[in-house]
Amino acid sequence: MDNIKWTKKDLLALSELSKEEIELILETASSFKEISTREIKKVPALRGKTVVNLFYEPSTRTRVSFEIAAKRLSADVINIIAETSSVRKGESLIDTGKNLEALKIDIIVLRHNSSGAAHLLARNVGVSVVNAGDGWHEHPTQALLDIFTLKEKFSKIQGLNVTIIGDIAHSRVARSNIWGLTKLGANVCVCAPKELLPQDIEKLNVKATTDIDEALKDADCINVLRMQLERDERSVFPSALEYFKQYGITQERINKLKRKILIMHPGPLNRGVEISSEVADGENSLILEQVTNGIAVRMAVLYLVSQAK
Amino acid sequence: MREKAKIMDKEAIRRTLLRLAHEILERNKIIENLCLVGIRTRGVYLAQRLKEYIYEIEKKIVPLGILDITLYRDDLTLIAHQPVVHKTEIDFDITGKDIILVDDVLYTGRTIRCALDALIDFGRPKTIQLAVLIDRGHRELPIRADYVGKNIPTSQKESVEVRLEEIDKEDAVLILEKDG
Repeated sequence: MDNIKWTKKDLLALSELSKEEIELILETASSFKEISTREIKKVPALRGKTVVNLFYEPSTRTRVSFEIAAKRLSADVINIIAETSSVRKGESLIDTGKNLEALKIDIIVLRHNSSGAAHLLARNVGVSVVNAGDGWHEHPTQALLDIFTLKEKFSKIQGLNVTIIGDIAHSRVARSNIWGLTKLGANVCVCAPKELLPQDIEKLNVKATTDIDEALKDADCINVLRMQLERDERSVFPSALEYFKQYGITQERINKLKRKILIMHPGPLNRGVEISSEVADGENSLILEQVTNGIAVRMAVLYLVSQAK
Repeated sequence: MREKAKIMDKEAIRRTLLRLAHEILERNKIIENLCLVGIRTRGVYLAQRLKEYIYEIEKKIVPLGILDITLYRDDLTLIAHQPVVHKTEIDFDITGKDIILVDDVLYTGRTIRCALDALIDFGRPKTIQLAVLIDRGHRELPIRADYVGKNIPTSQKESVEVRLEEIDKEDAVLILEKDG
């Protein structure tokens, strides 16, 4: 592990990272985790650096998580929410990026509704860009924290059976998880109603099924995706209740498996849509651990990109 | 780098650490208040050995912590490659304790400066004392060791390498010199 160097100025997508680079991030994150348990939750590694959270989509948890991560590394943090900024006056993403660069900031954390936005920005600015979710493309730090949480529980990812359930078609979380998990040797199964299951998804080396019982059969862990009700998926699915009946993760469904299965969810939860409260709050739920681990993972990412040579 | 001289062998290191353990106990009468903190990487193994010697002498177990100073370095932007960040493991409260900070070689003093900053983020110890196996001089900061295994005057062209069985398969202290 000590021989692997991080050389990338940006973190844009897990699809473009090597297995070793992913492992380096996870290893670094595990060293960072302890910092948040200290009484003084701060180290000076990014002292004097400025991190800008540039968010074109509503997000609370990702933004707060990045902000906390940056602050625990002693960086200064600026939040720009697109609705209240010059973006409303029509400034382009590249212009915004170049202006931030002219303000001598060091890292842009970008959340954008267009796939590829982080790549576009990273090509046009010299500062580091961290992708905090771009359209339906990728959400690398979410997948990294999911994988980190799994690694803590199972100690290795190789050979693990992970099932991802939900709107696979429109989920950047699913895509990043698929890339990361398969690179580390997990067996990934994706499950969704056929309208939400891309036809060519199996090209990514995963098993795809519309049958939830089949998807749960061998799973060590399930990652339950949020039904993105704001995207008006009622057009695809008759009702939230209908989805819950067919694909919702309930205690009855888990009990039928007669073995322990761990539950993850990237949040925010739609209780009674993709998951029941009983499962979300149950003893096998990792949901809040994911939130805690998100800080360590994002600290590791900010640290690595800021020191890249 | 070529090997110029072997300064210490296994037996010399053993005797030296045993002496340091006695000195630490002589100066810290209340063993219950004593904690060891080793600086990664080799300081940790030296601290472990000191802990064992202290147990041999006094039959008392002293808590041992591990400190990774990477995040406190002042030269992160200067060094060619960023070092991998390893875990810091201090699972006891250091407030009010007498801390023996342990490292292998004391040179510029910058590592110790980092370690002091890091330790103070964990609490407010009563004292922090520094124990090193080798002091090779050339300080760049006003820092000195309280317990020194051996003073070795060196030139800045030379480097001192401490090898420990736990990771280097042998116990030895060498002076290396740049070729040519």
